[in-house]
Amino acid sequence: MSEDCCQGYRGPGRELLERWRVGVWSEVRVETEHGAFTGIVLPRSETADDWHLVLKLASGYNIGLDVHAVRAIRELGRREAHYHIDERSFPRDPQKPFVKLFGTGGTIASRLDYRTGAVIPAFSPGELYGSVPELAELCNLETEQLYSVFSENMGPAQWIGTAEAVAAQIRAGADGIVIGHGTDTMHHTAAVLSFMLQKPPVPVVMVGSQRSSDRPSSDAPLNLFHATKAAAESDLAEVMVCMFGPTSDEYGLLHRGTRVRKMHASYRSTFRTLGDTPLAMVGREGVTPLRTTYHHRRFSTRGPENATESARVEALAEFHCVPCFDDRASLVYYYPGMKADVIDALVDSGYRGIILAGTGLGHVNRPVYPALKRARDAGVAVFMTVQTLWGFTQMYVYETGRAIMGMGVLPLANMLPEVAYMKLGWALGQTEDPEVVRRIMLEPVAGEITEREPHDGYLLYQGGLPEMDQFAMQHRK
Amino acid sequence: MTPLPAFGSLAACEYADLGLRIGLEVHQQLLTEKKLFCRCPAGRRSRRWDARILRHMRPTLSELGEVDATALMEFKTRKQILYHLDKESVCTYEMDDAPPFPLNEQALDIAMEIALLLDVQPVGELHVIRKQFLDGSIPAGFQRTALLGVDGAVPVGDRRVRIQQLGLEEDSCRELSDEGHWRTFATDRLGTPLVEIVTAPDMRTPGEAMRTAQAIRALTRATGRVRRGIGAARQDVNVSITGGTRVEIAGVPRIPAIGRLAHNEAFRQKGLLAIRDALRSRRISGAGYAAPRAEVTGLLGNCEYAPVRRARERGETVGAVLLPGFEALLTRELQPGAWFLQEFIDRVRVVACLDRRPNLVCSEQLGDGPGLMEWNRVRQVLGGPPEAPVLLVWGHPRDVDTALVEITLRAQEALAGVPAETRQALLDGTTGFERVLPGPERMYPDTDLPPLVMDTGRWERARERMAAPPWALDARLAERGLGPELRRQLIAQGRAGAYLDLAADAPDPVRLAVLFTAHWRRLEREGLAMPDPADLAGVGAFQAAAPRQADLAALRDWARGGGARAYGAGAALAAHREVTP
Repeated sequence: MSEDCCQGYRGPGRELLERWRVGVWSEVRVETEHGAFTGIVLPRSETADDWHLVLKLASGYNIGLDVHAVRAIRELGRREAHYHIDERSFPRDPQKPFVKLFGTGGTIASRLDYRTGAVIPAFSPGELYGSVPELAELCNLETEQLYSVFSENMGPAQWIGTAEAVAAQIRAGADGIVIGHGTDTMHHTAAVLSFMLQKPPVPVVMVGSQRSSDRPSSDAPLNLFHATKAAAESDLAEVMVCMFGPTSDEYGLLHRGTRVRKMHASYRSTFRTLGDTPLAMVGREGVTPLRTTYHHRRFSTRGPENATESARVEALAEFHCVPCFDDRASLVYYYPGMKADVIDALVDSGYRGIILAGTGLGHVNRPVYPALKRARDAGVAVFMTVQTLWGFTQMYVYETGRAIMGMGVLPLANMLPEVAYMKLGWALGQTEDPEVVRRIMLEPVAGEITEREPHDGYLLYQGGLPEMDQFAMQHRK
Repeated sequence: MTPLPAFGSLAACEYADLGLRIGLEVHQQLLTEKKLFCRCPAGRRSRRWDARILRHMRPTLSELGEVDATALMEFKTRKQILYHLDKESVCTYEMDDAPPFPLNEQALDIAMEIALLLDVQPVGELHVIRKQFLDGSIPAGFQRTALLGVDGAVPVGDRRVRIQQLGLEEDSCRELSDEGHWRTFATDRLGTPLVEIVTAPDMRTPGEAMRTAQAIRALTRATGRVRRGIGAARQDVNVSITGGTRVEIAGVPRIPAIGRLAHNEAFRQKGLLAIRDALRSRRISGAGYAAPRAEVTGLLGNCEYAPVRRARERGETVGAVLLPGFEALLTRELQPGAWFLQEFIDRVRVVACLDRRPNLVCSEQLGDGPGLMEWNRVRQVLGGPPEAPVLLVWGHPRDVDTALVEITLRAQEALAGVPAETRQALLDGTTGFERVLPGPERMYPDTDLPPLVMDTGRWERARERMAAPPWALDARLAERGLGPELRRQLIAQGRAGAYLDLAADAPDPVRLAVLFTAHWRRLEREGLAMPDPADLAGVGAFQAAAPRQADLAALRDWARGGGARAYGAGAALAAHREVTP
């Protein structure tokens, strides 16, 4: 039997299949001590134990059988799985905007192989059209799969590659860009793209899903629709994240790439703008800005025909792509009782910059001080953010803060810790000079530091309060 | 057409002539503290709601780019699904905003006991599967379910009814309303552990189906660890006749209703087959059957038929469809009080969401309707044979389009005979269309949970815990001299075990049995929370020489005191004496 025929089976399970000359996708009758079972042999998960045989029964259920209880297996036939996805060609309409969708991994849309239960990603325009046909109402869609990695495996090479690919499409005259991305680190990528893609003339919208697209209740189709709508039609020319506003299928929110953060491990409405209000709401009817201060679209293929080319040239003159990243940067989440060796280890390992997420207004304890001095003397740039996530660093209020600044630590106002980390890597990638790094860090590039925090930039309602119960009843979650 | 035979008027051989086959899917909630995949309390019924969540269900495509038929139907309905939440009874898991927690072991233990009582072949490893539901009854769009065993049997009278499989799964939402494009659900019941017991289609008469349902209910109750009360056990009744199709009558809570439903369904199928034969004899063929349809709002400007007039006043459209070959068939009675036309009315209501009554009118109906001139104008637009029936529907233009297509589809299905459907049970013993019958294509593995090993040791421990099966209890009760009715009641109410423990020393076993059945139920109906019957063993009060009439009062006192634990044997005896003159 070839390797493939016993997909995932090891040890006794594999021996059993080989002994009876059957394999994955064999339709079999298995005689056991408890009676006979008929079904199709399914692949075994590599992380599962090695003494069970998995069958899919005619009823659609899967079961596992203890291989030690098996007396005989008879092959009745074979049912090869095939993963072909039917494609329908995505309709083209010159009257509609042109949107480019990049994939980095994860599944935006997918189809099921019911026989095996495998989830097959759908990505080409034709496949997406088959799963989310409403997209054709919005735009002409082109797709390109850049990477196939889980979002935790995105790194500097992928960030730079994505930025360059997006820049090329912007220069080629796309009306908007959509980037499909796993949600775990979407806010990291959104931040770094905000720095790398400066003053884009069109929307750059990142999107993902919190519920896998194989389930009927998935948020993926609606998210994709919202993101594509924002890319095709909206006036917001920024790097943004587009995900569910509430957990209900109601509307999406467009968050600025440098102020957005994933705030719940599994909720649909996990992405929130911190310390500010989201840029806009997006629904089936259109995009509704929630604020007046944002970068406006400066290019559209649907503008007056003679103006299009000159507008494009003008818009592109302001647009810069700065695809740099040095990964000798680190983010240290401070905890009470931290010792100097944590910082020392980074300095000794050759790290060039450190973001601290300090307590309160930006504090660490006294035992860390010598390490901070040592870092400064070694030319390592150290910056302070707040682990409260909301609010600004203010290191003059307490003696501690002043002492820490005295050791060369620069406060980063209300830059979010992860955003600060991404910016630091980007800054280190541009220069060897620590002074230039410091200047880049303190100069706002894409809204990562705001001048003021509106009162509704921090709204964490507490359940159980009577007014909150009333609010929840009046508005769908 | 011969009139429909009344339920109860047929002999078994007459059902045999039809080729009647009935199978059951029994859904029985388990008595656990918590839900199956989260730690919310089970069995809690909410009456107030904290919040609402809106969702839509979208079909996922098969590898052939095709959508499961049920899924497609549900998508066509474009339902807005609204869930009502009570934070005491549901968490983020049920609302599909968090992955599952490990499977509830208490539920698994109970399900394993039931598996052993049903004598199924046990699986060696439990695999959780997702079963898709697009009607919104489960917010995730799928139900988590796992198979514990296959190929068992349950004795029913002198027959053995085969059990195809036993599954452990989470219960769905309670539907609160379904109006137009809005469907509303209560989520309190969602996620409650239940077993699904699927029989083979072995029952040949409606009576046998009811007896089988009783036998399975008695068997699950023998564990003493299943939920009781309204909705705690629900039966899906699968019915087919020779030449017909398996039709599922979903969620029948009362066993006595099963017989009439199965009987009516058998004759509905017979009627549909007769209609198919009539169509064939008229040389109407399924392939390429075309029903001309048109929007006719403008033709009915002066129509005085109230539903059409009001639809026009609301600015809605009216659509018409002609069904060539169907003359004099739509008015045939398929179920008591329901014509063949009802099948079209149901489809239009469910799929096109046109649920204001009446939602259509047929040119063959006598009485209220458009005038002859108006029918003729509509006919002229549609063309086709003049004798063919015309149906009019009205509503939002998009819904009218859906309705006209759906009417055509239903007409095409009539040419094939009996469509595979899930039907809802109505109070009068008839059924109405609910959805297209789903197939095994909607099952796929749950990747959120690893398989769970069900080794021999685990099954052995379940066997040690296992309650005596009802037939064994029945034999032992008969030894105590109890008649069949008392035996049935003791077993059905799950108190046979406790009774037998006590009856060994009882001077009057029959009197004790009455106390455990009639008296007990009466006190339950009075709203008294009855303590564990096993505690009564310590009391020993109800065997004395006291007069029979005092038993009820003594039992009430015992129950009010919280049973033997709170009361103490001495106090119970004293209480018993107090009420004894």
